[in-house]
Amino acid sequence: MKLQTKITLALVAFGLVMLAFAAPAVFAADKVDPVADAKAFKKFFYDKFPKLKPEDFVNGPYSMDADLYKQWQEKEQFPPYEFSLEMGKEMFSKPFKNGKTYGDCFPNKGIGIRQDYPYFDEKEGKVITLELALNRCREANGEPAFSYVRDEMAALTAYMAFTSRGKPFDIKIPNDPRALEAYEKGKEYFYTRRGQLNFSCATCHVQSPGEKVRTEVLAPALGIVNAMPIYRSEWSGMGTTSRRFTTCNSQIRGVPLTPQDDEYRNVEYYLSYVSNGLPISGPGARP
Amino acid sequence: MTNISSRKTGLIPAMVLALSIVAAAGPALAQSAVAEGQKLAFDRSKGNCLTCHAIKGGEYPGTLGPELVDIKSKYPNRDELVAIVYDETKRNPLTVMPPFGRNRILTDKEISAVVDFLQTL
Repeated sequence: MKLQTKITLALVAFGLVMLAFAAPAVFAADKVDPVADAKAFKKFFYDKFPKLKPEDFVNGPYSMDADLYKQWQEKEQFPPYEFSLEMGKEMFSKPFKNGKTYGDCFPNKGIGIRQDYPYFDEKEGKVITLELALNRCREANGEPAFSYVRDEMAALTAYMAFTSRGKPFDIKIPNDPRALEAYEKGKEYFYTRRGQLNFSCATCHVQSPGEKVRTEVLAPALGIVNAMPIYRSEWSGMGTTSRRFTTCNSQIRGVPLTPQDDEYRNVEYYLSYVSNGLPISGPGARP
Repeated sequence: MTNISSRKTGLIPAMVLALSIVAAAGPALAQSAVAEGQKLAFDRSKGNCLTCHAIKGGEYPGTLGPELVDIKSKYPNRDELVAIVYDETKRNPLTVMPPFGRNRILTDKEISAVVDFLQTL
């Protein structure tokens, strides 16, 4: 009897969760509605963490745990990403062999524009991330591309994020069915389980933010890209968005895609769009 | 007759001895399965239960899953416990718990050892 009540309760609870999760997905299949998506996405996190202000979410796990918050405040006195930031600033201002600079490839000379990336390029029909745009800039100027997961790319994006701190994410989905499709594919990737451990991005970052895996506190998906790139103590170094995506896939014992694969670009597009309005906080520091 | 009875009397101690060996070996075997199960439960590359569940004797547990305590009273049916470890998504598609059996993270024998360990909690 007792067990039966438990099972019934579990079924009712499960039904409710299914309604909450599955129903919007089913409706979304009929018509992609990013505006409604982003609203529901934010509401989910605001309801889950009623004490947090929207802008707190860009600080990841530090907003979820009092002890961590204290550690972070102390750490920010001498931020561990400072070295990378200096390196990025220097790289950014140093001309290529042809005399041009990174600034020549970007609107507003590349200053204070992080919040506009990724964007959907209607000529190409694809999502263009900041990391991709940086390497294209290099190649267009006769320089070899950098690795997407290493220090040089982290340094450049750290500097560009730093000059954009506080600016709200402003990702646009143009009136182009391919842009909507990219968004929808990114969303699908985000919620699809994969790897031997059978995790989706959402398993950890929507279902379980604030919870601990061993000693680590899981970050909320809302605002997670606002802090990129990040210095991670666990890595003893900087990590780009590409590095974060590929290592997440490895950690769930899946096969990572190639950095800047279309699917990663789409998922970054989705994830950035639903964080629209929240300020850029990168470069960030994480445990 | 005498022959038989003497054989009988000889048999009985032998059987007692044999039984006592089995009786002694039983808990010893179970003990080693429990120890093996605990090892698997704490091992990051294997069961790794500790990453999400608080478990007596384990340091730095995660909080994604419920604390693993009073397992025997919560799950008197061992098969149910095996089924949860094997593939909890069957009962609850939204569970965070990896399907240890279905995705071959653990072998059936390893799952059995983990369950032996869980039943001691």
